[in-house]
Order: sequence, then structure tokens, then C-alpha cells
Amino acid sequence: MSDQPEEYRPDPLTPVLTRRWLLPESWTLRHYTELGGYSALDTALATDPADLVTLVKDSGLRGRGGAGFPTGMKWSFIPQPKPGEEPTEATKDAPQFKPKYLVVNADEGEPGTCKDTPLMMADPHSLIEGCIITSWAIRANFCAIYIRGEIVHAIRRLHYAVKEAYEAGHLGQDIHGTGFDLDIVVHAGAGAYICGEETALLDSLEGRRGQPRLKPPFPATAGLYAAPTVVNNVETIATVPSIVAGGKEWFRTMGRERSPGPKIYSLSGHVERPGQYEAPLGTTLRELLEMAGGMKDGIPLKFWTPGGSSTPLFTDEHLDVPLDFEGAAEAGSMLGTTALMIFNETVSVPWAVMKWTEFYEHESCGKCTPCREGNYWLAGILQRMNAGQGTEEDIDTLLDVCSNVLGRSFCALGDGAVSPITSGIKYFRQEFLDLCSQQQSPAPERVLAGAH
Amino acid sequence: MTRYLSPTDAERPRVRPDSEVDLSVFDGQRERAGAIVARYPEPRSALLPLLHLVQYVEGHVSRAGVAFCADVLDITPAEVSAVATFYTMYKREPVGEHLVSVCTNTLCAALGGDDIYAAVRERLGGIGHEQTAGEPGTPGSLTIEHAECLAACDLAPVLTVNYEFFDRQTVDSALEIIGKLQAGEKPHPTRGAPLTDFRRIELLLAGFFDDPEVGGAAANAGPSADEATLAGARLAEERGWTAPPMPDGGPDRPTEAPDLPGGAS
Repeated sequence: MSDQPEEYRPDPLTPVLTRRWLLPESWTLRHYTELGGYSALDTALATDPADLVTLVKDSGLRGRGGAGFPTGMKWSFIPQPKPGEEPTEATKDAPQFKPKYLVVNADEGEPGTCKDTPLMMADPHSLIEGCIITSWAIRANFCAIYIRGEIVHAIRRLHYAVKEAYEAGHLGQDIHGTGFDLDIVVHAGAGAYICGEETALLDSLEGRRGQPRLKPPFPATAGLYAAPTVVNNVETIATVPSIVAGGKEWFRTMGRERSPGPKIYSLSGHVERPGQYEAPLGTTLRELLEMAGGMKDGIPLKFWTPGGSSTPLFTDEHLDVPLDFEGAAEAGSMLGTTALMIFNETVSVPWAVMKWTEFYEHESCGKCTPCREGNYWLAGILQRMNAGQGTEEDIDTLLDVCSNVLGRSFCALGDGAVSPITSGIKYFRQEFLDLCSQQQSPAPERVLAGAH
Repeated sequence: MTRYLSPTDAERPRVRPDSEVDLSVFDGQRERAGAIVARYPEPRSALLPLLHLVQYVEGHVSRAGVAFCADVLDITPAEVSAVATFYTMYKREPVGEHLVSVCTNTLCAALGGDDIYAAVRERLGGIGHEQTAGEPGTPGSLTIEHAECLAACDLAPVLTVNYEFFDRQTVDSALEIIGKLQAGEKPHPTRGAPLTDFRRIELLLAGFFDDPEVGGAAANAGPSADEATLAGARLAEERGWTAPPMPDGGPDRPTEAPDLPGGAS
């Protein structure tokens, strides 16, 4: 906290997004409005869109979907006509004269990640209010919420909330008498992890296979229907109303200089009280574990992920790493989705890594060769090792394959897929070696990668 | 981005190799299909919900279902098939009355998910992934699958029935659910709405959330969140921890309120 302008310390937990969750029927418009809901919308609609973009930029809000890209900056990339600029024959097809779109990424599926689903189930109106404010800021008249298909109760709640918002005049034509029109469509996906990647999501929303696009062009200039599009995560958008209501200074009283604000940390696995803990960014696992009652049954911590399975593993050496974008990166991992999967000493690292690799093999969209083939072979080798047929050489083969997947795929799925393997071997190489030396039967004369 | 609405797309001759397929089973769905298409700026965006609608009618995506979508959107059956075969939730074989999905991703598996899936398979006669016990379409028929992470890790291990959550399962509790489903009962999900069946949930996924077939407005009830999910909010309440108070001045915006802009564009 030394980088704070003053020695102010917020409480260990700072419920902003989760503050309504304890109420019965918290998902209803009535309860949302009772606790100040939709008042930020009036403030926003009385503010020039460009000033809203500046406000969110100055607040320091960074994307909550994993990458941590500055949200206000993303919005500012949307081409807008200059004051008084009219389309000419030469410019009528230019991006600034195309429709603008807001697409919310609610395709929560990163292993360990379970924050957006309870948010949409308990407080869908915070997301909808955020959508309206964001659409106003980027001058969009159509917003799609692409929600994972397997979470039907969250889909139900979101649909009802959208319906309530239309009936209350927060959506539709001439919102609050400002002349601003906005439609929101809740669009259910169909079971593809890759659609959480923003350009794959856009292709899927266009009715195609969900496969990533080559960037550039980026969605800000050529996104949905090749028009300027902002794609933001649920938690990001749901945070926007509080920034409009509280202001940038208030937002920055939580978290750290470059990673301000509150964040929902999702604790799962071998802890006494797993659940969602909304705390200032920069909170450590040691602090979170203390709040969650410690390790389950007192069995010591072995390894954990700071932000889902695509973020390199941490161990008990990392209990005091500040969990914000810089802190996690400086310690060799990534903040990701703050999905803290916590495993105790009873869990085998090679087994856990194999299970995650099987996931990436299944979810690779197949578009590019390093990811499609690499994950196939990685899974095969790990399965063989776990079946007691591994050799020391396999560890080098795994790392070699990883080096040919990392950075050589279209999208981040390939990069994420190798994270558990490379970090697992980095911290637990001896466990892989022990597994290979314990093999039940002699290995084939010349072991082939992935051979069964 | 020339791909989108490119001349080649627009001028391509429309081949209809499946014109002999009988689409009459979808006759009652033309109005719903039109409503789906009307939601979007571009018709093709309707394809995913249309495929969900097809599964509502047939319990899977058949050749006729593919032809129906192609017909509604004026694209080729090959284009529809390419999409239908990409996504896990579109099933190529008829699904039972219920679809039981057991999470076997790492975290759920470490807490018992693998054991649960093995026990469910054994109880149903050793069937495997995307196989069905019983005759699809008849009461008590169950299709099972091992699922990837279901976004409920704080409630692990989880399974879903028709994508409704059953949290914190054990082998015994999962087998009890299986037994009840086979006997034609509908055990209540931990958080969701009263259980219906696979096909009706597909109608919800097509966007018809308040249709009486999917439970109408009452289906929206249930707890705000699971107790475990609320662990942090509960602790904050107990200890009096809150976010810093917002300044009285309210939002941080220009002191001179600007004129209301006339519109968004």
C-alpha cells in the first residue's frame, strides 16, 4: 500500500458488487432500486459520453475477464465522428459512421472461475445498468450479453431483469427522455470454452463456429458485423455504475495504484469456507485464507492458481504475493480471473496437470496447428506418465512441445494450456521424476510420445 | 473483414441438397423462428438460438433440424452443420428425458467428481459419455456426460441435470438423484427452478424464458445465491466491513453539467 497517496487502508473486505447478495430476492428491480440502483444511470445520461470515457479511464478500472486491459482506454479506441463531422462519399463506410456495439462476455468457463455466474444470479441489474451506461459512453444502440449456455438459472434471471428494465423505461426507445435508444439481447452460447476469447465470441455471435480471428483488426474498429465493438467481461461492466456513482477518487481508495478497485476473489478447493470474497485488489492468499477459515482440516497447502487454470501455478512460497495485475505477474504468474483453486498435499501435481491438459485438448477449437496438435500430444504423454509408463525423457518432451505451443497460437488458449505444465514442472519436477521412477512395468524399448 | 456480407457470399448460388427432407415437424415453430431472427441486427446471429429451438422440438439436431435452420436463414445446410457440430451442447443423437452432466475437471475431480461420474456410469449399466440409459424420449431415460468446469467451483463437486445445478454432491447423493430421475421424479435443484426436462430447457436457451412450458415467471424464484457463495458477504456483515463510503458530492464529473446530448449517434 506504499504507493497509495495517503496511508488509508480500506476494510479487508469491500463489498461493492456483492453488497446486495445477502438480500432475499436480490435479483429483482425493486431491491436493486431500493439500494440506489439506476441512479448512476441518470447521472451518466446527464454526462457527455466522452467525459464518461475519461472518468472510467481516470478511475484506473482494468478488465476483470483475465487480461486486465484498461477499460476506459478500450472504450476510447471506438472511432467516433469528430464534432460536426458528416459522412461523405469517401467516408460513409468509415468505422466512425458505422453502428457501434457493446458485447458482454458472460461465457464464464475458465476452470476455477465462478464469479460472474453468481453475480448474474444474485444481482443481474448491476450488469444491465452497467450495459446502459457503457452503451451511452460508446454510443451503441445494441448490446448483446453472450452468456454461457450451461448456466440456465443465471440466464433466466438475466432475461427477467432485462424485461424488468424495459418495463421500467431503462431500456428501449428514448431512455429517460434523453432520446437515447438501446436494446439488449441475452444470447445463450452452446458449450465452447473458446467462445470466451473475444473474437471467437464475436464469430459465435454472428452464427458461426467459435474460432478466434487474426488481430488486427481489433474489435474496436472491426468487431461484431465488422463494426466498432467493445467486448467487456461481466464483472467489468457491473463495476461501472459504482464508478459513476462514487467517482474515480472513491474507486481508487481500494486496491493499488495501477490495479485499483474491489475484486471478487473466488476461493475453491481445500479450504474451510470456499466462496466469493470481494476485497481490494492486492489482497494476498494468506489474508484470504485467514478469512476463509484456513486450509480444510488443517492439511497443508501444496499448490494453487491465482486466476484459473491458464495462470501458472503458485505454491506455499507465494502466500504473500499481492494479488493484483502487477503483483501476480512479478511473481511469475497472472491475475487472470482471480479464481483461486486451492489444493492440499494429498493432490498429485502430474495428475492435476493431466486433467487440465485434457480440458485444453477438448476445448482447442482446432483452428491452428500448434494448439490443436500440441494439446493432443501433451495430453497423451501426461496420460501415459500418470498410467505408470513415463520416462524422464518425457519431461523434456513435454517442455519442448510447450515451447512450440506458447506464443505460436492464434489466441491465448494455447498460451494458457501450457501454463499448468511448465509451472507444474518448474515447482514440482521431483514429483514428475518420482512418478517416472515408480513405473509399474518396464517402459517399451523406445518410448514414443503419447504411445499407448 | 471482407468475409462479412462480401459479394461472394451474396452472389453464391444457393444449393439445396436437402430439399427432400421433411420439415413438417417444425411447422409450429415458424413464428418462434421469426421472433429469434428479429432480435438481431443481422439474421445469421439467430443460428445458435435456432439450433436450441431445434433441440426443443427433437431432443437433438437431426438432418431435418439442420435443413430447417438453413431454410429460415437462407444459408446452406453445410453451413449449419459446420456450426452444429462445433458446439458441445448440440447433440447428434437423441437425448433422454434428462441430461446429467458431471463435472470432472480438476477441482471437482479432486473433491470427488471422478468417483461420482464412475458411480453414475456403473449405476446406469456402464454407459459412457453422451450415451443414454433407457429409450430417448421416454420418461426416466437419462443421457450422461462428463462436463468441463461448470463455473460453480466454490460448490464442488457439482453436477447438473438439464443444466440446473446440484451442488456439493457425494456419490450417495448423486446416485439418489439418478434413482429419482429414473423413477420419474423431479428432485429440486440446489439453486435453480423446479426441474423440467432437457427439451424444455432448450426452449429457454432459444430465448423463450417466460414461456409457460419452461415454468413461466415462477421459475425465476429460488435463493439469491448459495450460502457458500455468500461466505465473503456474510463475513463482511458480521465484522462490519464495508466498502469506503462514497463522497456526498456523488459522481466525479464536470462541475458544469453539460447539455443533454440529443442522441447516441
